Amino acid sequence: MASLPAVSPPLWLLAELTYRCPLQCPYCSNPVELASAGTELSTDDWFRVLQQARQMGAAQLGFSGGEPLVRQDLELLVAEARRLGFYSNLITSGVGLTSDRVGSLREAGLDHIQISFQSTDSDISELLSGSRKAFAHKLAMAEAVKSAGYPMVLNFVLHRHNIDQIEQIIDLSHALGADYLELANAQYHGWALLNRDELMPSREQLKRAEKTTNAWREAHPDDMRLFFVVPDYYEERPKPCMNGWAKMFLAIAPDGLALPCHSARSLPLEFPNVRDQDIAAIWNESPAFNAYRGFDWMQEPCRSCPEKEQDFGGCRCQAFALTGDASQPDPVCTKSDQRSQVDAALTAANCHNATSASMQYRTWSASQSIIASTQ
Amino acid sequence: MIDPASIPQLNKHFRLQWEEAQDCYVLLYPEGMVKLNESAGLILSYVDGVKTVANIIAELTERFPQVDSIASDIEEFMATASAQRWVAFS
Ligand code: SF4
Ligand code: SF4
Repeated sequence: MASLPAVSPPLWLLAELTYRCPLQCPYCSNPVELASAGTELSTDDWFRVLQQARQMGAAQLGFSGGEPLVRQDLELLVAEARRLGFYSNLITSGVGLTSDRVGSLREAGLDHIQISFQSTDSDISELLSGSRKAFAHKLAMAEAVKSAGYPMVLNFVLHRHNIDQIEQIIDLSHALGADYLELANAQYHGWALLNRDELMPSREQLKRAEKTTNAWREAHPDDMRLFFVVPDYYEERPKPCMNGWAKMFLAIAPDGLALPCHSARSLPLEFPNVRDQDIAAIWNESPAFNAYRGFDWMQEPCRSCPEKEQDFGGCRCQAFALTGDASQPDPVCTKSDQRSQVDAALTAANCHNATSASMQYRTWSASQSIIASTQ
Repeated sequence: MIDPASIPQLNKHFRLQWEEAQDCYVLLYPEGMVKLNESAGLILSYVDGVKTVANIIAELTERFPQVDSIASDIEEFMATASAQRWVAFS
């Protein structure tokens, strides 16, 4: 007889296959200490992870990174995921994608490719100014993805240096035949947090972009779907991060570290590794996964707050990054006595004239010097 | 109103799947998953791109003769499924 599991099963698995990436986006949500990660998991390690997670009930699977296409065994992993019954999503910058690979991934059983348009891609300005020349590759790949029969989801990370081009972004995505368009403001973790003051849009910029998005939706009710994500700093309540710590989401980092959220590596917890333990033990029993489950870990004002079942106190990584204590309320919350930190960042974004000159790009050497400076 | 002679077909970007761990049918789509309640899952499992709405009503009525609101339940669900773009009709 099966007994009820003590905790709800992980329904989403994020497989971060590698931290290697040909791009250097300053808003990358990868950890700034990525250069300290151990060696990448092997194909067989990943097979085991997929099997164990699927057995626990995971149904949605994301392959991401870094750039997952640099893994030559991607097709093998996709095929195994299909065999196990996962719905698999590939999250890629499109760099390194070829029509052949679009085809071989389709054959292996991939369900969906999301192409992210990166603003450090040298071609982005030409894209946004309407020149097709240098952008030919990316456009061709978007078309190949479409004609292979995948649902087409395009993603643009918004920040103060591109948010004013939202009309062009929407028009181009529409012209490419996108089914869904994600207009997601950078979330301030990892490299994006490091570059926050250069990336955060002003309130005016944000308002205008939202207005444009809403107007487009109204004018095209049965067309491409737009998802607009505001930076949570502009909200008064935090987002229900990961729908609760270790409740349905499981991320596996390139070196096998198991995390309840892809940003969690920055927290001062001992995360288990899939090389040493199986997923069931990690998910159900490890101290790290149990650290912020439920409500007992909360401090005031969350502990007695009537909204705690809606937002779970927000994001643990954001609480730690801004207050130094991961069990504080997410300082986005206006009930938090640390909200002033968020307000200060907003004030800076709304008066200072940020330039991209002091941006920290996501490179291996930048990561190494960050690690060196914190040791 | 849904025409009983129309043929519902699952949107090709969605996959309907029985999930043992959740003990229900789910609809899977790009980076998303909807958990279906028992009747929604059951009705969708009859949608195969060949049967008309009327066929589905007839088959489910035969299978569950004791449930008398079946036709209206199915019509109501079809309207929701269409609004959500889970199914299209031809
Ligand atoms: S956000 Fe940019 S740098 Fe980071 S993994 Fe994606 S493409 Fe690479
Ligand atoms: S006090 Fe805590 S639980 Fe209440 S709304 Fe703020 S973050 Fe959420």
